[in-house]
Amino acid sequence: MIVNQFLVLAALLFSLGIYGVLVRRNAVLVLLSVELMLAAVNINLVAFGSYIQDSLASGQVFALFVITVAAAEVGIGLAIVILIFRNRASANVDELDLMRW
Amino acid sequence: MEFSDWIGDARNIVFLVISLVMVAASIYLVTSRNVVHAVLMLVVALTGSAALFLMLGAEFVAWTVVLVNIGAIVVLFLFGIMITRAPTGRDPVELDHARRWPAALVALGTFVTIATVTTLAFEDAEIAEGIVRTESLGDVLFSRFVIPFEAVSFVLLSALIGGIVLARKDAGKDESE
Repeated sequence: MIVNQFLVLAALLFSLGIYGVLVRRNAVLVLLSVELMLAAVNINLVAFGSYIQDSLASGQVFALFVITVAAAEVGIGLAIVILIFRNRASANVDELDLMRW
Repeated sequence: MEFSDWIGDARNIVFLVISLVMVAASIYLVTSRNVVHAVLMLVVALTGSAALFLMLGAEFVAWTVVLVNIGAIVVLFLFGIMITRAPTGRDPVELDHARRWPAALVALGTFVTIATVTTLAFEDAEIAEGIVRTESLGDVLFSRFVIPFEAVSFVLLSALIGGIVLARKDAGKDESE
């Protein structure tokens, strides 16, 4: 196994996540695409950690931190989406133009 | 490295199968018209990433992905969908923006840039064998990385409190009445 195969796969998943973030209108689906991007970053971190083989296992530790922060981000993000839906009866990101100048 | 040499390794065939499944699931995730199907495709993609972590010898990270991401976050997403739209299933309104091509161009540019840079930097660098056991990961996590670990626990606590405060019904009305 070479390290580049994991990096190219992660780059592909990351760019698919970017496409999803840019193209989706539903806020829940935008968060779903962000989750895909975070999974791609985790693959990168673990592949690099396996490549350098350090005694601290930093790659895997940082992947664990990323998973934890992703869980917090999804919790807060969905709470905000539910709040917006309750106030405006819509979860579409392009209808949230309250602060548009 | 020639492709015939690369595909001769049985692990690379396993990698190829897993990565094709992951990419197909991700494409369906970002293009699907059905919201629930998109969430289920995230389950497939995350399972593939857990399998890749097992191939890389990261057993604890793999099972953490299965427990936290597939077990908890996907259920949270399904709750979010069911709260924000009562009729699950095919969506009557359009889920995507009309302008898909600029987004596809940005995504393609990102992929080409990252893939070119990594291919130039790590041409044929092999991944060394080695399994990081959960025991050694726990030792490192509670000795060298204990301060970030505690900081992350505070992040989770504040996210928990913030989620409750945001999603509570009639927040702020208790004071006025």
